[in-house]
Amino acid sequence: MKKVYINSIASISPQKTFDNNLFLDEITDYNNTVIFAQDPDYKQYIPPAAARRMAKGIKMGVVASKIAMDEAGIETVDAIITGTGMGCMIDSEKFVSAIIDNNEQYLTPTSFIQSTHNTVAGQIALGMECKAYNFTYVHSAISFESALLDAKMQLENDEAQHILVGGVEELGAHTTKVHRTINHIKPEAVTISEILNSKTEGAVFSEGANFFVVSNEKKESCYAELVAVETFNTLKKEKVSETIESFLEGNNLKAADIDVIVFGNNGDVDFDDFYNQLSEGIFNKTQQVFYKHLVGENNTISAFGVWLACKILKTQSIPEIVKINEIKTSEVKTVLCYNQYRGQNHSLLLLKKC
Amino acid sequence: MSKGVAITGMGIISAIGNNVAENYDALINARKGITRVDNVETIQRSEIMVGEVKFTNDQLIAQLNLPTSNNYSRTAMLGAIAAKEAIADAGITDIKKYKTGIISGTSVGGMDMTEKYYYEYLTEKAPQKYIESHHAGDSTQKIAEQLGLEESLVTTISTACSSAANAIMLGARLIKSGKLDRVLVGGADCLSKFTINGFKTLMILSDTFNTPFDENRKGLNLGEAAAFLVLESDEVVKAENKKVLAYVKGYGNANDAFHQTASSDDGDGATLAMEKALKVANLKASEIDYINAHGTATGNNDLSEGRAILRVFGEEIPEFSSTKAYTGHTLAAAGAIEAVYSVLALRHNVIFPNLNFKTPMKEFSMNPQTELKEKELNTVLSNSLGFGGNCSTVIFSKEA
Repeated sequence: MKKVYINSIASISPQKTFDNNLFLDEITDYNNTVIFAQDPDYKQYIPPAAARRMAKGIKMGVVASKIAMDEAGIETVDAIITGTGMGCMIDSEKFVSAIIDNNEQYLTPTSFIQSTHNTVAGQIALGMECKAYNFTYVHSAISFESALLDAKMQLENDEAQHILVGGVEELGAHTTKVHRTINHIKPEAVTISEILNSKTEGAVFSEGANFFVVSNEKKESCYAELVAVETFNTLKKEKVSETIESFLEGNNLKAADIDVIVFGNNGDVDFDDFYNQLSEGIFNKTQQVFYKHLVGENNTISAFGVWLACKILKTQSIPEIVKINEIKTSEVKTVLCYNQYRGQNHSLLLLKKC
Repeated sequence: MSKGVAITGMGIISAIGNNVAENYDALINARKGITRVDNVETIQRSEIMVGEVKFTNDQLIAQLNLPTSNNYSRTAMLGAIAAKEAIADAGITDIKKYKTGIISGTSVGGMDMTEKYYYEYLTEKAPQKYIESHHAGDSTQKIAEQLGLEESLVTTISTACSSAANAIMLGARLIKSGKLDRVLVGGADCLSKFTINGFKTLMILSDTFNTPFDENRKGLNLGEAAAFLVLESDEVVKAENKKVLAYVKGYGNANDAFHQTASSDDGDGATLAMEKALKVANLKASEIDYINAHGTATGNNDLSEGRAILRVFGEEIPEFSSTKAYTGHTLAAAGAIEAVYSVLALRHNVIFPNLNFKTPMKEFSMNPQTELKEKELNTVLSNSLGFGGNCSTVIFSKEA
């Protein structure tokens, strides 16, 4: 079985993360309940005429994929695998509302065509003229992890050498309104420093695209070795610690071997206990970091957690803004990411320094 | 990676039957399930024909014994019914006995409820329970819940009309790599105003019975359905002394990289998918006994797929047929529906007819099998081609 490496990264998020030379050097503070991705200069990557037809998710996905491909220094890949929990919300909303508002008349196909979940992966393939394997996973908070697992199996078995993997979500105005009514979005605006102690239900919703080139050969640009990824449809709060311990054991590790743990806390008073029990429990002597205060919550934001882990492993530095506690570590060799959304769809992802 | 991937159970609900036995009976008796739409209120009713499961949502709720507070989309209910049949067929009584997962494909997901309550969600409390059922993964979570599968690998693929074929592919890979011992794979999609109007705007819906591979084909009939297959490792088959229905022998996915919705004229993607699947199966094209074609009966698909078949099989094209004339095009579920039909073909050594075919296409001389035909079958190749240029092929075989 071959080893799997993350050779490049790309992130378009509510922070200025699209420049890989930076590492959260300047932070944009927000005081809101919904935050949008900061746009890179799309014109640099997509002809303006094509960009005008693309909803934001497609643009973010296409550009993030180009940044990742450039950094890995490759022109094409053996597979394109994306994850998106909600899919192309903007075009979906456009088409549903047109159906209702016009009583199924005077409809045009563009938004229907672009509403399909695999639009982003299809557009990336079109742009690259890449006829390879092309999958899209759409399973809520583990959409990205499913894509990564698929890629990992193919690389381990040497069925592919380089695979582009990414997660992408865009905000749709109506969907946001609807999620407010069921309190999945925070009732009041919060700043990034307040979010973890907001003591309110719901999350700050967001959007973005995080892409990676994963390969079974280590390139000079390598960020991390992807050691393991596992997902769970359900997991009771009281079983999280033992599940993590048995996951680590399966990789010949103990909790104490983890140098940095990346948590998916989003400040939701009803669900942050999934992480808090670990902070105070098996990882109380481990350096803990989090990121959703900076980039919000969405179905594939856990890919940003992987981005953060990659940056930490490669630069061997941890920005103050992501630290939950302060533990001195001489060298960061092993990083674990844990995420869940509303108590479901848990994921564990193990990375090592390459 | 040389392990066998055994199919040990199947379940299905479609316009031609509520279980595997009813579907088989309809297939061999040339009984199609194409009608006017009854369960979706649409002004397109008189202009289109569909392959519809005739149960209302209330009847499905009753069949599944769901509480009135449930928030199941129709996709989830259809999926749960097919999944339960597959698990029972495989003789599984303890789902937790082996490392088990579920991979489902869907494109509609909970859109049926979203389009019904789109604006009401903002003001009415009662329908708000369906907000969380919108996303595609929800239907798969519900299926897992119905089967009592917890703390497991449960995920969803959405690659338009090849989704379920791709679910089978991922499942096979998970078994081969030893990540899972057992995996339920398939797909579910219900009819919705969203897809009816979407395909209408693309002008690829027929106003009458669809006619795959016919020169005068007028487009597709949309359908709704769900189907699941239980895949198990050699070890489980041996330990449980399981009866094996067939094997997943090969699979391939490729992208046409031609157009967001249309297929390339010469079927590049489909050609690549079939070639990859043959390579994984370690079979020559001449060793395929029957092709269950995607054959949606759109002008574009049947030409592109036909050319791809010609490119792969040359002069030696085995019997081929599309079963879309029976069920309509069930979108993300199609790959699973046709996987069940492919396994039935292998089990019974029979090729199902391509209904409604009259006039050969002028572009080539190959014609589909139009009568039920008995033939010793050892291998069946099934194609599923979708939006986004997504092309998939799965090969089923009697022997591992």
